[in-house]
Amino acid sequence: MNVTIVDYQSGNISSVINSFTEVAKGKVKIEVTSEINKIKSCDKIVLPGQGSFKSCVDSLNKISGLVETLKDFAITNKKPLLGICVGLQMFADIGYEEAETKGLGWISGKVSKIDNQNGKFKLPHIGWNEIEIQKESKMFKDIKNKSHMYFVHSYEFIPEDNSIISATTNYSSKIVCAVERDNLFGTQFHPEKSDKIGLKVIDNFLNL
Amino acid sequence: MLKNRIIPCLDVKDGRVVKGINFVELKDAGDPVEQAKIYSDGGADEICFLDITASNENRETIIDIVKKTAKECFVPLTVGGGVRTIQNITDLLLAGADKVSINTAAVKNIDLVKESSKKFGSQCIVVAIDAKKVSENKWEVFTHGGRNKTGIDVVDFAKKVEENGAGEILLTSMDKDGTKSGYDVDLLKTITNNTNIPVIASGGVGTLDHLYDGIVKGGASAVLAASIFHYGEFKIKDAKEYLNSKNVSVRL
Repeated sequence: MNVTIVDYQSGNISSVINSFTEVAKGKVKIEVTSEINKIKSCDKIVLPGQGSFKSCVDSLNKISGLVETLKDFAITNKKPLLGICVGLQMFADIGYEEAETKGLGWISGKVSKIDNQNGKFKLPHIGWNEIEIQKESKMFKDIKNKSHMYFVHSYEFIPEDNSIISATTNYSSKIVCAVERDNLFGTQFHPEKSDKIGLKVIDNFLNL
Repeated sequence: MLKNRIIPCLDVKDGRVVKGINFVELKDAGDPVEQAKIYSDGGADEICFLDITASNENRETIIDIVKKTAKECFVPLTVGGGVRTIQNITDLLLAGADKVSINTAAVKNIDLVKESSKKFGSQCIVVAIDAKKVSENKWEVFTHGGRNKTGIDVVDFAKKVEENGAGEILLTSMDKDGTKSGYDVDLLKTITNNTNIPVIASGGVGTLDHLYDGIVKGGASAVLAASIFHYGEFKIKDAKEYLNSKNVSVRL
């Protein structure tokens, strides 16, 4: 099996590469690329994302044919794709970080700033928080409810359809921290930085 | 609920872990990659490397340590010391750091904070502030590992780094660092009350109760400590169990 981590200059993806490489040891080939042909022919895609919603969308659009290729892969052909952090947020129709920016529009919804309740909650939401699993999920196979995952973000994905939410976390309000629809997966937390339990999420994705 | 983080800090000099007392006398405390792995396996919420000689010597040593550590530890890794340019930040992130802390350069050139947080995202830019008390409830920013006085008020500077995109503040009391007499709680309180980004408490931990004070009395989101962990006095687990027993929420 070939798994591609999409390298579209979206900031720091070293940790994503290191953790996937660790979990894949000997069983799965991990490729880090932005080459359209390689992405088309792989079995699974990881879409990381760091920095702002706008900068990530802009970077995706800079690579000719990439957005269409990802859409064909994940939406038309329903092959497994995992978005991490802003990688997940970009599934939305629209994001409001930096400037109003059109997202990929794969899952209806928007990405807005977390309500800090007049400074009561510090932003970014940084650190370990418990996830509340909302539905049976392939990504959370053998992962206990209320497991700790590592978060770093100031914006949250608010989908229109709650049935795609696979986990939430509490910070100021109930924040969507994982989504799942068919073979489309996303985590707001960073499985690559969430210690052994995070590596288990990655393992679940590789074992799909 | 968001958990309070415990962060062991490894001061690295010439590829070895050292711990100074008031920034000067250095003792040897082992191999940084090995230490980081022990901490990560022991439940550390993040790992912090501070390259304390990077200002004067070449940077390859720390890059190499970061590369090796990032392949073995899957918790966030912050690296600081001698970070002056966007290129320095790029190099550390490519080596596998998740966050980079900027100290002296942030004072000299706030644009570095602004540009780097825009380029890489606020989540990976930590500004490390070294503060020294100058009078009652007043602290001043020092740079160059505590050698240079700047005349800049710490509260003003903390607000300024927040405005310019820093994702976190790593606040070290130079009066307390290495003394094992506890954090400067008043300093912490002042900064956590005047900023809206997470503050990491640093400098002065000698007992587990000091960690409690940093979080509960000082309002810190995370507590950083070096020597109490390095010399085996306490394990990360001891710190977490202690805090948990006092109703401070931690990742167990």
